[in-house]
Amino acid sequence: MRIVVLVKHVPEPTAAWSFAPDQTLDRGAVAGRLSELDEYAIEQAVRLVEGGIDAEITYLTVGPQSAKDGLLKALAIGGAKGVHVLDDAIHGSDSLATSLVLAKALEHLGFDLVLAGMSSTDAAMSVIPSMVAERLGVSQATFAGSLSVDGTTVSITRESDTATAHVRVELPAVVSITDQTDEARYPAFRAIMMAKKKPIETLSLADIGVEPGAVGLAAAATRVVAVSSAPAKAAGTVVVDDDGTGAAQLADFLVARGAL
Amino acid sequence: MSEILVLAELTPTGVRKATLELLTIARGLGEPSAVVCGDATEDVVALLGTYGATTVYAVSAPEIEQFLSLPKAEVVVTLAERVRPGAILITSGPEGKDVAARVAVRLDSGLITDAVDVSAEGATITTTQSVFAGAFHVRSEVVRGTPVITVMPNAVTAEAAPAQPRVKSVDVAFSDRAKGSVVISRTPKGSSARPDLADAAVIVSGGRGVGSEAGLGVIEKLADALGGAVGVTRAVSDLHWAPHDLQIGQTGKTVAPGLYIAAGVSGAIQHRAGMQSSKTIVAVNKDPKAPIFSIADFGVVGDLHTVLPALVDEIDKRRI
Repeated sequence: MRIVVLVKHVPEPTAAWSFAPDQTLDRGAVAGRLSELDEYAIEQAVRLVEGGIDAEITYLTVGPQSAKDGLLKALAIGGAKGVHVLDDAIHGSDSLATSLVLAKALEHLGFDLVLAGMSSTDAAMSVIPSMVAERLGVSQATFAGSLSVDGTTVSITRESDTATAHVRVELPAVVSITDQTDEARYPAFRAIMMAKKKPIETLSLADIGVEPGAVGLAAAATRVVAVSSAPAKAAGTVVVDDDGTGAAQLADFLVARGAL
Repeated sequence: MSEILVLAELTPTGVRKATLELLTIARGLGEPSAVVCGDATEDVVALLGTYGATTVYAVSAPEIEQFLSLPKAEVVVTLAERVRPGAILITSGPEGKDVAARVAVRLDSGLITDAVDVSAEGATITTTQSVFAGAFHVRSEVVRGTPVITVMPNAVTAEAAPAQPRVKSVDVAFSDRAKGSVVISRTPKGSSARPDLADAAVIVSGGRGVGSEAGLGVIEKLADALGGAVGVTRAVSDLHWAPHDLQIGQTGKTVAPGLYIAAGVSGAIQHRAGMQSSKTIVAVNKDPKAPIFSIADFGVVGDLHTVLPALVDEIDKRRI
């Protein structure tokens, strides 16, 4: 079985992010890391193989040069190889274009099961897995809280506020994994060093048959009109409850806000 | 004015509040049409009309329950191709994201997710998103196709504007592809008397400062006194003091209630990312240096185990 895990290299969530003059996220301005939510998809892929499924795990990423670091981190957790779609024309792509690049790369590589995190921690749209499934013409099982594979059948559980659903799809399929699944293992030093010896293939848009004009900022179906820093919140009132009146003062505040 | 398609969500007792919020937004953009996948009862139609739906498209088909998300996406695509709407509004959430993603690809239309505001000037629809833990506001527009927009629950207050909707029954021929994700079972969760986190107008959340699973009791009592929902931080859910589906933050749920009371919550950026858009934020924490105070409209430096029960008493007193 060919398992491909989609991974994304994102700006460190705790860093102070900024925007470039073209109103895209300035990825060069802050340190990056493998999107934390992708680690859950990687862990599930590794567990499937450890559980006896005869599969090879490939990681696929799209991004600038630094995105290779995300592949290295993933390869330290497990898996056989990485694939990096690297092309200047991709800069500024929206979700439609990103899903096109991923789908074309997946067709180029071949796949049976595509795994992804439930969301990136930067754009946080949670739509790429569904979009990729649509473009590939395959089924999806998104927001999986647990995952099992039996032959060519994938079963997941999916939580909503009101119900737990059991969902079944036949391969090939795209499955997105939530952080309700097992925490990713912490790679040992030896695994980190070994990961550097695993193959990483770099592909251009031409390699996967995507016209440069179909992606990037100019081709985006959405346009950012303006980015502004959220107005700094006026410092609120803080009272110290050393005399036992904190709750009463808070209740007064809630009354004044019309919350009671 | 062009039609604005609103994907309605039904609940066992009627219509989800977030749907009424979408109709409220849609009225500012064009003629709101509600798309009901399921049983469009008289009560459902009347409620959608109360919030301004002038058309209700009713689609009743067993496939909608039998298969995950894709049948609804095909309903929306079918209607979009038929009525050429000015925009398609869907509530943010797992199913909403699935549907919006599929619709955007099929219509080759721009998709904007998690909008907190949507407005129109002439024919141009502009969205506002609150991104990167609320640090930036991004205003965007769709420049190709039919704008597909998912909107955060609680982004606006639902306001009534009665209309008499015409009901149009719609038949959709589902493709084989729509039947790929088979729902084997749906197990309803024990119904809580509390509102769902996503829709709640008031949320009381507990962090590690609650001290134990039992310590969450004071959070629950305050939530019940305010008719609100209970949320927790990642630390609390990782310690298994509360189920994961109550977790608010970057890797949990994103919420924006009218009132958010954070007790024993330090305010790490991962948590703030999930609640920073709340309209009024209250913090109760022993540590005066906790970052949560920097975004709080009102803060109490004190022990939540004394402040919260005292607050419940104060609320009772003021309501008599």
